[in-house]
Amino acid sequence: MAEVSRFDVAKAVFVKDLRVEIRSRVLVNQILPFSALVMVLFAFALDATNVLTRVAPGLIWLAVLFSMIVIVQRGFAVESADGALEALQSAGVDALGVYWGKWAALVVQLVVLEVLLVATAVLLYGVDLRAEGVVLLVTTSISATCGLAAVGTIYGGLAAGVSGRETLLPLLVLPVASPVLIGATRAVEAALGTGGTAISEGWPWLGLLSVFAVAFGVGGSFAFGPLIED
Amino acid sequence: MTTITPQSLEVPARRRGTGTRATRIIGLATIVMIGWLAVFGLLISPADRDQGDSVRIMYVHVPSVWLAYLAFIVTAICSAIHLFGRRHSLGVDRVAGASAEVGVVFMAVTLVTGMLWGRITWGVYWQWDARLTTTALLFISYIGYLAVRGLEGTRQQRARRSAVIGLLVVLEIPLVHWSVRLWRSLHQEATVLGTDLDVSLDGLMLFSLFSGVVAFTLLFIWLVLHRSRMLTMIDLAGERALDEALASRISEGGEKRA
Repeated sequence: MAEVSRFDVAKAVFVKDLRVEIRSRVLVNQILPFSALVMVLFAFALDATNVLTRVAPGLIWLAVLFSMIVIVQRGFAVESADGALEALQSAGVDALGVYWGKWAALVVQLVVLEVLLVATAVLLYGVDLRAEGVVLLVTTSISATCGLAAVGTIYGGLAAGVSGRETLLPLLVLPVASPVLIGATRAVEAALGTGGTAISEGWPWLGLLSVFAVAFGVGGSFAFGPLIED
Repeated sequence: MTTITPQSLEVPARRRGTGTRATRIIGLATIVMIGWLAVFGLLISPADRDQGDSVRIMYVHVPSVWLAYLAFIVTAICSAIHLFGRRHSLGVDRVAGASAEVGVVFMAVTLVTGMLWGRITWGVYWQWDARLTTTALLFISYIGYLAVRGLEGTRQQRARRSAVIGLLVVLEIPLVHWSVRLWRSLHQEATVLGTDLDVSLDGLMLFSLFSGVVAFTLLFIWLVLHRSRMLTMIDLAGERALDEALASRISEGGEKRA
C-alpha cells in the first residue's frame, strides 16, 4: 500500500470535518444563531447605541470566543463518539496530520462565524466599516483566527473522550486565548476607527497576534500527539 | 485450590503518614521561622513613612508571590523531565502536581494580600495593571492545570496530559504578559501610585522581608514533600484496591471451577 503522507491525513481530516458540517448543518443551524443571539444579548445588557458602537470590537471577539468553545466541543464530540480518534491511532495515522486537519477545519468555521458577527455589528450596533481599514481588519481576523484555532484544537484534543470535558474546555481555553481577545479587539478598533483610533495603532497588535498564532501552532503540533495518545 | 495473595496486598504496618525525620526537622524550622517573621514583621520592623502599617502586608505578599513563581517553575521543570526523560517517571509527575497545588495556594495568598494592600494604598481592591492581570490569569490557568490532573484515566495518561498542559502554560505566560502590558501602556491614563514598590527599604524592613522569604521557602518545601508523598499513597491505595478486586475475582473463578 502506498505511504500516506502527513499532508494527505490533514487534507482527509479537513475535508471530512467540513463534510460532516455541511451534512449536519450544526454551524449554520445552531452555532451561528447562537452567536447572533449573544450579540443581541450584549445590546440588552449595555443598552445605549453609542456605548455599543464604542465596545463593538470587543463584543465581536467575545462572541467569537464563546462560539468557538461550542464549535470545538462539537468538533471533538464527533471524534470521540465512535472512538474515531482511538481508531485513527490504532491505524497508525499521524497525529500531527490530524491536528492540522482539525485546525484548518476550525479556521474555516471561525472565518464564517466572524463574517456573520461583523455583519451583525454593522447592522445592529451601527458600526461603520472604512475602506482604508479593510486590510488591517482582514489580516487581524486571519491571524487571530489561526491562533485561536491552534489553541482550540489542542485543548479540544485533550478533552476529547474524557468525561467532564464540557465544563473543562472553557476553563482551559479562555485564559490562554485572552491575549488574542486583547490584541484582536485593539486591532479591530484601529481598523474601524472606534473612538478616533488611528489605523497605525493597529499594526503592533497584529504582530502580537502573529507571534501568538506561530507559538501555539508550533506548540500545538508538539503537544497534540502526546495529548491524544493512550 | 490455592488462594492468591500477591505481595502488594500486604499492608506495611511500620509507617503510616507522610512524615520522616527530615520533614519533621523542616516542619519545626518552618514554625520557628514563621514565629520569627511574625515578631519582626509585626513588632520590630518600623511602619513606613508613607504607607504606615500597611507596609507589613508586604512581608507576606512578596514572599508568597516569589514562592508561587518558584512552585510553577518546579512544575514546569518536572513536567519537562517527565515528558522528555527516558523513564517517564510518575514520581516526578507527582512532584509537579504537588508543587502546582502549593503554588496555587501561594498565588491565592498573593492576590488576597495584594488586594488588601491595594484597598488601603490606592483606595481600590483592583487595578488593571499588567502585573496584576497577568498574575490573575496565571492563577486561573493553574486551576485549569489542576483540573486536568483530576481527569479520569490511567496514571500514565494523567502524567502525560498534565505535563503537556504544564508546559503549554509556560508558553502562555510571556504572551499574556506582553499583551496585557501593551494594552495598559496604550490605555492607562494616570496611575495613582506605580505598582512597583519602589520605596527605599529600611534595613530592618529588608531583613523582615528576607525572613519572610526563608520562612515561606521552608513552608513550600515541607508542603511539597508531604503532598507528593500523599499523592503517592493515594496512587498506591488505588492500585491496592484494584489488586484486591482482581484477586477476589480470580479466586471466585477458581472456586467455580473447583
